[in-house]
Amino acid sequence: MDVTVPILILAIPLFMFLLLGLTGMKMSHKLAGTLGTLGMGTVLVLAYVTAFTYFFGGAPEFIDAAGNRLQYLVFDQTWLAFTQNLVIKIGFLLDPISAMMLVVITTISFMVHLYSLGYMRDHHGVYEHGFQRFYAFLSLFSFSMLGLVVAPNIFQMYIFWELVGASSYLLIGFYYRKPSAVSASKKAFIVTRFADLGFLIGILVLSYYTGTFNFTDFTSSAVAGMEGVTQVNIHTAEGILNIFQSSPAPMFMGASVLTWALVLIFMGGMGKSAMLPLHIWLPDAMEGPTPVSALIHAATMVVAGVYLVARLFPLYLMEESALMIITVVGALTALYAAMVACTQVDIKRVLAFSTISQIAFMMVSLGVARMDIHHGLGYMASMFHLFTHAMFKALLFLGAGALIHAIGSNDYTDMHGLRKYMPITHITFLIGCLAIAGIIPFSGFFSKDEILSSCLGNSTIAYVWMSAVAGLTAFYMFRLYYLIFWWKEHKVHEGHHAPHDQPWVMSLPLIILAVISCVAGFIPFGNLVSWNGVPYDFMAHFNWSVAAVSLVVAIAGIALATVMYRKENELPAKFKNAVPALWRWCHHRFYWDELYMFITHRIIFGCICRPLAWFDRHIIDGTMDSFATITNKASDAIKPLQSGQVQMYVWYYLIGALALGGITYICLL
Amino acid sequence: MDYSQFLAMKQELALLLVFLLVFLYDTFLPKKAQKGLPVFAIVLTLAATAAGFCCHCLGSACNTVAFAGMYETSPVIAAIKGILNVGAVIVLIQSIKWADSENMTMRRGEFYELLLVTLFGMYLMISARHFLLFLIGLESASLPLAAMVALDKNRYESHEAAVKYILTAVFSSAIFMLGLSFLYGLTGSLYFQNIYFALTANGSANLLLILSVAFVISGIGFKLSLVPFHLWTADVYQGAPTSVTSYLSVISKGATAFAFLVVLVQVFGSIYSSVWEWMLYALIILTITVGNLFAIRQRNMKRFLAFSSVSQAGYIMLGIIADNAMGMAAMMYYILVYIFSNLAAFGVIGAIENATGKVSMDNYNGLYKTNPRLSFAMMLAMFSLAGIPPFAGFFSKFFIFTGALNQGSVAIYVLVGIALLNTIISLYYYLLVVKAMFINDTETPLPTFRSSCSERLGLWITVAGVIGLGIVSWFYSSLLELAQVAPMNMYFIG
Repeated sequence: MDVTVPILILAIPLFMFLLLGLTGMKMSHKLAGTLGTLGMGTVLVLAYVTAFTYFFGGAPEFIDAAGNRLQYLVFDQTWLAFTQNLVIKIGFLLDPISAMMLVVITTISFMVHLYSLGYMRDHHGVYEHGFQRFYAFLSLFSFSMLGLVVAPNIFQMYIFWELVGASSYLLIGFYYRKPSAVSASKKAFIVTRFADLGFLIGILVLSYYTGTFNFTDFTSSAVAGMEGVTQVNIHTAEGILNIFQSSPAPMFMGASVLTWALVLIFMGGMGKSAMLPLHIWLPDAMEGPTPVSALIHAATMVVAGVYLVARLFPLYLMEESALMIITVVGALTALYAAMVACTQVDIKRVLAFSTISQIAFMMVSLGVARMDIHHGLGYMASMFHLFTHAMFKALLFLGAGALIHAIGSNDYTDMHGLRKYMPITHITFLIGCLAIAGIIPFSGFFSKDEILSSCLGNSTIAYVWMSAVAGLTAFYMFRLYYLIFWWKEHKVHEGHHAPHDQPWVMSLPLIILAVISCVAGFIPFGNLVSWNGVPYDFMAHFNWSVAAVSLVVAIAGIALATVMYRKENELPAKFKNAVPALWRWCHHRFYWDELYMFITHRIIFGCICRPLAWFDRHIIDGTMDSFATITNKASDAIKPLQSGQVQMYVWYYLIGALALGGITYICLL
Repeated sequence: MDYSQFLAMKQELALLLVFLLVFLYDTFLPKKAQKGLPVFAIVLTLAATAAGFCCHCLGSACNTVAFAGMYETSPVIAAIKGILNVGAVIVLIQSIKWADSENMTMRRGEFYELLLVTLFGMYLMISARHFLLFLIGLESASLPLAAMVALDKNRYESHEAAVKYILTAVFSSAIFMLGLSFLYGLTGSLYFQNIYFALTANGSANLLLILSVAFVISGIGFKLSLVPFHLWTADVYQGAPTSVTSYLSVISKGATAFAFLVVLVQVFGSIYSSVWEWMLYALIILTITVGNLFAIRQRNMKRFLAFSSVSQAGYIMLGIIADNAMGMAAMMYYILVYIFSNLAAFGVIGAIENATGKVSMDNYNGLYKTNPRLSFAMMLAMFSLAGIPPFAGFFSKFFIFTGALNQGSVAIYVLVGIALLNTIISLYYYLLVVKAMFINDTETPLPTFRSSCSERLGLWITVAGVIGLGIVSWFYSSLLELAQVAPMNMYFIG
């Protein structure tokens, strides 16, 4: 395969970032926006071509004679060679999941670029302050995210992982004049950075014991005779397992080093993907512009944790305990976030918690996947859900953005009854809600159904638990839907001031994403993506009863929401009064933020930082100050020497000369 | 007598020629032409410098001994003389404005003549290998300086400074000669070489020998303003005209330092560890520390730089105590860098004094706002004096410390450690000046003024030196090559 196209996929967004970042302020707003969008459009075409070539080109380096998909290194350039073994490379790995991610990222990114042309200006057509900067940051983010998914080694992934974190920080804090945005961006950066500490340690531990950074060395073996082509191969992975099981087996605190490494790496994924208890940054990140929330905090960056686990999945397969941890964390997060989403007022917060919950679905799906359970259905289901979720969640966020743009508030209490005024937004938002609720034939139904099948194969508890969460999902999404689009509107919306549908640059992405959400479920995803590259016919494992049950649960959730929120009535208040404690805890997100405040301010700042600050100020500074004081005192004490009287000078001179000789003589005696 | 021996003294003869021409110009040319005297003197000195370098480059100035061993020259000696000449040219350029001022028109010629005579004396000090010649050099480098200090006839302080200088200088000469007479009594000769061999043969240290060494050291240490022989420095530096102060602080100090090295190594080299090593330890520690402690509290810029130059002399002495070729090369490099850094500082002080008459550090508050370029030059000078990379001062300090550490004893490590601690103190007071200019606010900063062409030229040269010598710090290695082939090498212990 020619390397030009892959290089361009990375180079164009980087170039756009530099161009818009350096010269953007001198450009007109329109030119900057158009350039950014055109650049992303080009990348979109290139990525589609690449993915199409990979999946359907049938070239021998992509698919072998038996129809198994292979991993292909487009290029792998040595970047830093510290020692013979410690070599850091920059490359481009093409395999089913990276090709799939290329499609997802470029699609959503392009939609967001297009959408922002309309969103980032007010009703009079005046552009937001820093419009060019916004596009520069979007390009930086796209570059970083693309670099992350195509990384052929874990170190490159880490570099781009930090870059997405940095660009996320920049975009959350885009409205840097708003204190809440600034603190949200700080919070996001610090929390994810803290998680990345675990990631980095995990990388170092893993690389130390295996002697490599390359994913292909961890998880696959080279197919002989073809340069740069590898296949996921459990036998090689077993070779790595042998390293960890060799004697003396590297153990640390009762667990094998491999477990430690995998759990620490998962910690990085927990931070990025907002799993409990590191989820606290994501709801606050909604302070950023809504297109950014759609791109970064719904569709792409937050699923990087899932992608990371999927990338190392053959390694995780060796460690039952690590997968168990993933499952438990995912399941708890899914339920927690779904419960909180039922009580939030801010529509973006609802969507944020819904995102957390859906990502937790993907995590659980990876956690329950085993070779012997439907041949690793969970892995495929997770990737499928990642794909469909990216589309419908981006759709929901962009729809929410349209509402916010029209109303000027994030609060559903300001909305109510908008279906008459904004029909396009209404229909597309409804499609998004149906998709996330899992109603046939929308895409969410298929992917969620596979996740539930996979759970059932692993344990009944997981299945029941996740089904309940799925029902809750349908409930809170339709609660939101009814509160926004139904009910009686508060204000009389009249004439020019009435909310109305958005310009076409904003509508078009909504429509496109809605269409994708309608049809994406019919993609034979198993043929394209599976954990070991062997095409997977999921119809063979399709469980009709699971599908029926999940459909019933979803409809039940919708029905409940309809009863409670279709019109303004007493039921929600009654429910609230029936379980006041539960409602309060959900509304306050189970007081996680307060817990963090307590730990950081009271315990860390109070018990550790204050004494250290005292030590610094009084002991260290005091020592330095006393040196200075002594110097000054000494300077004061010898002042009389310089009396200005020449006879004294001569005396001192004579004494000095005699003393020089005399003391030397005495010393030599 | 073989008159061709005079040819060995090419550089001295060239300087003498410059002196004679300047003298004739001053005495016989009409009053109208007198305005051209500064340029005349500068061009001639520059020509003499260039000729000195050329002679060296052409290889004719190889190691030569003349007058029965009383006079010696070698590439390394030619190099240090060239360095001093460069400094003298810069001083002359910087002094043009002052020399053209009303008070000075009557005595302009005297300044140039006296300066050239003292420079000649310094040449003799460096090249002398007999104590009588050395003494002639020392005196002709000292006594005319007193007249130069007193040049500013309308200022009382200038007289006071001159009187203090001459009294202490005479006293110091007396002590020095007392030391010499002891030495003559002990060894029966005033030739460096003879004394060296006599001391080598009869190495036991007695009180007389130690006292004579101490007296010789204090006699030369007076000119270097080593503590405790430095007390004249502050008063004289403050009272003398700024151009004279800058000359005193760099050229006179640089020449004496090198002569000091020659005397200590070529005369007393064999009793290094038994006698004078420990004297120098004490002197260096005292010089650096006391100089710094006094510099901290000075508000007058000239007095401040006087104490700064005291402590800088202590660092220069590290090149002597190293007692090896590296130390000698590092010392020469240090002198060169010190010439540029200190003259940059004095150039700014002189420009401000000429324009406004202010020399207090408090007057420098807010200088950056009104005279940004002068402040910038001053800042570079201070950074270089403090030894902040990448300016030349950092490298010169680095090389001189390395040279000293090469001596290898434990004591030298302690000494360098103390010197390093003292650089922290020096950093404090150098930064005080920078702080005054850039940070301190005042309602009445000095007015914006345009310094004269000559002052700007002088500052450009010195600033270029401060930055350029940092960049071409490998210049040190060519000095080291010269030092390693110098005849003095056989006297080093290292």
